[in-house]
Amino acid sequence: MSSQINTIVKQEYKLGFETDIQTEQAPFGLSEDIIRFISHKKDEPQWMLQWRLKAYEKWLKMDEPVWAHVHYPPIDYQSISYFSTPKQNINSLDEVDPQILETYKRLGIPIEEQKILAGIAVDAVFDSVSVKTTFSEKLLELGIIFCSISDAIKEYPELVKKYLASVVPMGDNYFACLNAAVFTDGTFAYIPKGVKCPMELSTYFRINALNSGQFERTLIIADEGAYVSYNEGCSAPMRDENQLHAAVVELITLKDAEIKYSTIQNWYPGDCEGKGGIYNFVTKRGKCLGDNSKISWTQVETGASITWKYPSCILLGDNSRGEFYSVAITSLAQQADTGSKMLHLGKNTSSTIISKGISAMKGSNAYRGLVKIRPQASNARNFTQCDSLLIGDECAAHTYPYIDVKSTSAQVEHEATTSKISDEQLFYAQARGLSEEQAISLIVNGFCKDVLNQLPMEFAVEAKALLSLTLEGSVG
Amino acid sequence: MLTIKNLDVEIANKHVIHDLDLEVKAGEVHAIMGLNGTGKSTLLKAIAGSYETKCKGSMLYFGKEILSLNANERAVEGIFMSFQNPIEIPGVNTIYFLRTAVNEQRLARGEEALSSPDFMKQLQEKMSFLEIDKAILQRSLNVGFSGGEKKKSEILQMMMLSPKLILLDEIDSGLDIDALKSVAKGINALRDNKTSFIIITHYNRLLEYVQPDYVHILNDGKICKSAGASLAKELEEKGYEDVLSSS
Repeated sequence: MSSQINTIVKQEYKLGFETDIQTEQAPFGLSEDIIRFISHKKDEPQWMLQWRLKAYEKWLKMDEPVWAHVHYPPIDYQSISYFSTPKQNINSLDEVDPQILETYKRLGIPIEEQKILAGIAVDAVFDSVSVKTTFSEKLLELGIIFCSISDAIKEYPELVKKYLASVVPMGDNYFACLNAAVFTDGTFAYIPKGVKCPMELSTYFRINALNSGQFERTLIIADEGAYVSYNEGCSAPMRDENQLHAAVVELITLKDAEIKYSTIQNWYPGDCEGKGGIYNFVTKRGKCLGDNSKISWTQVETGASITWKYPSCILLGDNSRGEFYSVAITSLAQQADTGSKMLHLGKNTSSTIISKGISAMKGSNAYRGLVKIRPQASNARNFTQCDSLLIGDECAAHTYPYIDVKSTSAQVEHEATTSKISDEQLFYAQARGLSEEQAISLIVNGFCKDVLNQLPMEFAVEAKALLSLTLEGSVG
Repeated sequence: MLTIKNLDVEIANKHVIHDLDLEVKAGEVHAIMGLNGTGKSTLLKAIAGSYETKCKGSMLYFGKEILSLNANERAVEGIFMSFQNPIEIPGVNTIYFLRTAVNEQRLARGEEALSSPDFMKQLQEKMSFLEIDKAILQRSLNVGFSGGEKKKSEILQMMMLSPKLILLDEIDSGLDIDALKSVAKGINALRDNKTSFIIITHYNRLLEYVQPDYVHILNDGKICKSAGASLAKELEEKGYEDVLSSS
């Protein structure tokens, strides 16, 4: 079977085209001057520049983490351009470079409001800047702020100052600290008290420029009793060089609020020898600040050559709830070290972790999780299920679950399975008339069902199609 | 319908079937019996087109050589195999699996996919005929099914796919009398002068409900004795050693 499976998982990356536009790039390398340059280009207030410089100083003293189960040559941080922007000022959609609009069209992302599918507001980030945020005005009528983080820094400095780095501190980890120093754009959303956001909010990230990194920062705040569902998608051109993506996402829910955050990550994964592709080193964390609040992460990770990412929840409010649903596929020579942390601090807090890792070809997939229950978190509960599916005989799956319970009233469950798509399973489905591709896609979709069910409808359809594409040619 | 000549089959680097000949005509029921490990399942897998089998020789199905076809291509041509141990597919509903299989086969044959109402109508008819509990439709395929449910689900799939050549690998093992009767009822419902069966079984029990035209004894990868339905009865009374040594 192995040879047949491999031909199926080898699928060309469909979003690997490059957009030929004039860009303005910062010189390669990182220094105080570059940070001043970025801050100046973005016309930032002084406090923001000072904050960045402080982060840079911290970062210089930190070491890159080595504990993840991923391998890559040392990154030369001086050979990256930390700022790349399409060469023009944009005030309305008409002023957006038609090439960029075309890019988003090819990606299937609706940013032309008049043609937009009802119900999804989009913030499109191209390289280092947000090129267009749709529906902002309509949302503002409800008091919902949905804009680029650059605009938020200028227009809502009090909110930004209050919450920025309140969940992921500046020096939290190496990549988060780098992000704090050089972050270029990202999305800001604030849902006021008692407002249920009537549409899905969505950001689409595209890395285009050569030798540039993308360092976006997203901050979402749901005030008391508010609700929002937010989706994030990403892609990049095919290049032989590795590109760095080091994002930080912070979510904050106040009393009775809920944030549902979904990601479909489809960065360029590199080739089957591991050449090229995006290094996806991301820190995502949510804080259930208020009682009865809830944060739910759902991620479908199909791209990037290396993924290092642990969307987590700090359950501070009593009765607060954290969820993490993940599908991570590694095919070709991709490596992923991903999972979640649930930190229980409040009483009666509960968390659920459902992780589905799929490895094919030479892919390596690691689940890493931490469930920590502090003494004050009485009656805390956690349920963790982490399943691995192997396709072929050159791939790998690893699980590193950590459980740290300091409360006697806690209830913690951990279930784990590792299975292989067997010749027998494939033969069974084929003997019923399904082709090998269909059989694999069926088995994989079945395996991921619990997670895919968590995605908003349109995104679930996209995710399913993506799963099949990613695995096309992986059977061999 | 099926003409096998000089068939050699290797499975997991073991030479299991040696120089086997078998002729199955339209409408015939062939039972294959034999001790464990004599190559019965391997023979069915070779006919259905499993990856595991490496075949030499010739296998003509309606005059066409099929050894080079994949399992799904053979299924589309009308070859159906029920498994001794039906495989579990977690997260995939039985009904979804069935509908995908039915429609993929139809599309591959250039026919239109069945509409939902047509599919449901056929499915309900067949389920009540086989006395299958509707609850299995929403459960993951074969996951947590009892032995009887698994085998009945195989028969349901067989009926929904309306194949021409049906391979049944120990469809009767692990069944209580009632389940055995509904399985036999399903098999007999498909018997006509166009549909053929190759049935592997260890017991005469099933063959009392499904009368075979021929019974073959497979020993050491070869058919060493063939006769009518009476052979199965004789085997049950005397055992393989006696029957084989007397022949």
